[in-house]
Amino acid sequence: MGLDTRILESLDKNAKLTAAELAVMLGESEAAVTAEIRRMEEELIICGYPTLIDWDKTEKHCVTAMIEVKVTPQRGKGFDEIAERIYQFEEVEAVYLMSGGFDLCVMLKGTSLKSVAEFVSGKLAPMESVLSTATHFVLKKYKEHGLPLVTRTEDERMLITP
Amino acid sequence: MRNPLNPAVVGIKPSGIRKFFDIVHEMKDAISLGVGEPDFATPYHIREEGIYSLEQSKTHYTGNAGLPELRKEITNFLNRRYGLSYDPMKETLVTVGGSEAIDLAIRAMVCPGDEVIIPQPCYVSYEPCVILTQGIPVTICLKEEDEFRLTAKDLRAAITDKTKILVLPFPNNPTGAVMTADDLKEIAEICVEKDLIVLSDEIYSELTYGMKHVSIASFPGMRERTIVINGFSKGHAMTGWRLGYACGPEEIIRQMTKIHQFAIMCAPTMSQYAAIEAMKNGDEDVAMMRDSYDKRRRFVVHELRDMGLPCFEPYGAFYVFPCIREFGMTSEEFATKLLMEQKVAIVPGTAFGDCGEGFLRISYAYSLENLKKALGRLRVFTEQHRKND
Repeated sequence: MGLDTRILESLDKNAKLTAAELAVMLGESEAAVTAEIRRMEEELIICGYPTLIDWDKTEKHCVTAMIEVKVTPQRGKGFDEIAERIYQFEEVEAVYLMSGGFDLCVMLKGTSLKSVAEFVSGKLAPMESVLSTATHFVLKKYKEHGLPLVTRTEDERMLITP
Repeated sequence: MRNPLNPAVVGIKPSGIRKFFDIVHEMKDAISLGVGEPDFATPYHIREEGIYSLEQSKTHYTGNAGLPELRKEITNFLNRRYGLSYDPMKETLVTVGGSEAIDLAIRAMVCPGDEVIIPQPCYVSYEPCVILTQGIPVTICLKEEDEFRLTAKDLRAAITDKTKILVLPFPNNPTGAVMTADDLKEIAEICVEKDLIVLSDEIYSELTYGMKHVSIASFPGMRERTIVINGFSKGHAMTGWRLGYACGPEEIIRQMTKIHQFAIMCAPTMSQYAAIEAMKNGDEDVAMMRDSYDKRRRFVVHELRDMGLPCFEPYGAFYVFPCIREFGMTSEEFATKLLMEQKVAIVPGTAFGDCGEGFLRISYAYSLENLKKALGRLRVFTEQHRKND
């Protein structure tokens, strides 16, 4: 496995690791790790370092919705142009092109049901290439990015064992 | 009333780790680097197979030696990983953890007065098992300058005309030492020359870093004189399932099975079904866990050296074995003081034999955050006690 993959697999689980720590844990020089991270940032392999937050446990109100969107693809551009028009909106968390019963999956983060509804009826549905939308609200998040949000796994081992 | 007890049992010293356990137990808020088991839960697909076996009412005994399918998968595994070939039906026995297999092998082979060579520091059970069969444990003190490997020279020096068995506990708990193919070749030659039986405890075989585990049973003339003991606890993170196995010459396995049949009947059935899944589809989990341990291993070795505690680089298991002689304390004094002052529980090297004096066993089967916190406190402790000199 190359150094790039080994760095990525480590950062994927914990973006707080410093280059110095990564260097120790991967058995490489700090300079090599730093250079590799910089290269991957420049090539947009590493696109950012967001934090995984469970907003439900905070005072900030947050609503997440998944919207199924059917669109008309455009000649020569396919779905890319309409996807780009959608993902520019700041409230849009993620956009995926899907196989199956609809075309684009749009993940939306809003402050209330009303804000999501306004986005769908005011911005998304009126777009020319959008044929239909179906909005699903997220009721509870259990797991994200491979990590359970609901429970913390305690260390249940005895303190000392042979 | 007459004395109800067997003096041979009464005479056995309680496990050294037990004493320390009692002290640690009093401390509610201590953080620990003292466990000898993985921090991972058993991979879910393996647990799920155990659950499924219960749903399917697989709640009965299995055959004494274990489910035939499991034995077949075990021999496939040993073949694919270490190039060993055993007959699943005649040369394989499924046991309640590797510990039972150790006990059975010693009971099946050791006669009163037979000498059993035990390289120390090592896991705690070999010596009492030998004493219970009225065999004579002969200890070889492994040395730091040999990176705690067994050398041909030390082995030769320990052999007498009463020597029957060599216990070979590598990758090693508590030192993390491994034996390379070159090391083993020399040991194997001596075993053939001196007609020794080898009890090779390979429970940590899947956890080696930067080199692949080699079994002594794969050397010429060794298969017929080696009992390979292994299990699911460490590599597959299945300690609580209590499942291990022994592979070896048909006649020895047959006699071990006899004791197992009377004492245990069979290993837990649901554990056996889960273990089939572990053997069939578990290689990737093990690789993932190995990779994770390896990162933490490098981190811990780096931190220990950085705070001035000398330690050789361990290539197996999940332990680092730093030397604390410079502080002028015994391992037990050091560990107790560290616990009292900094609330960090680390097992003194002497819990694994007198030759562990001057060392600590640090387990890195912990999250990186826990390791950072505990090693931070250890660093403070070393700085304070150096100054006071």
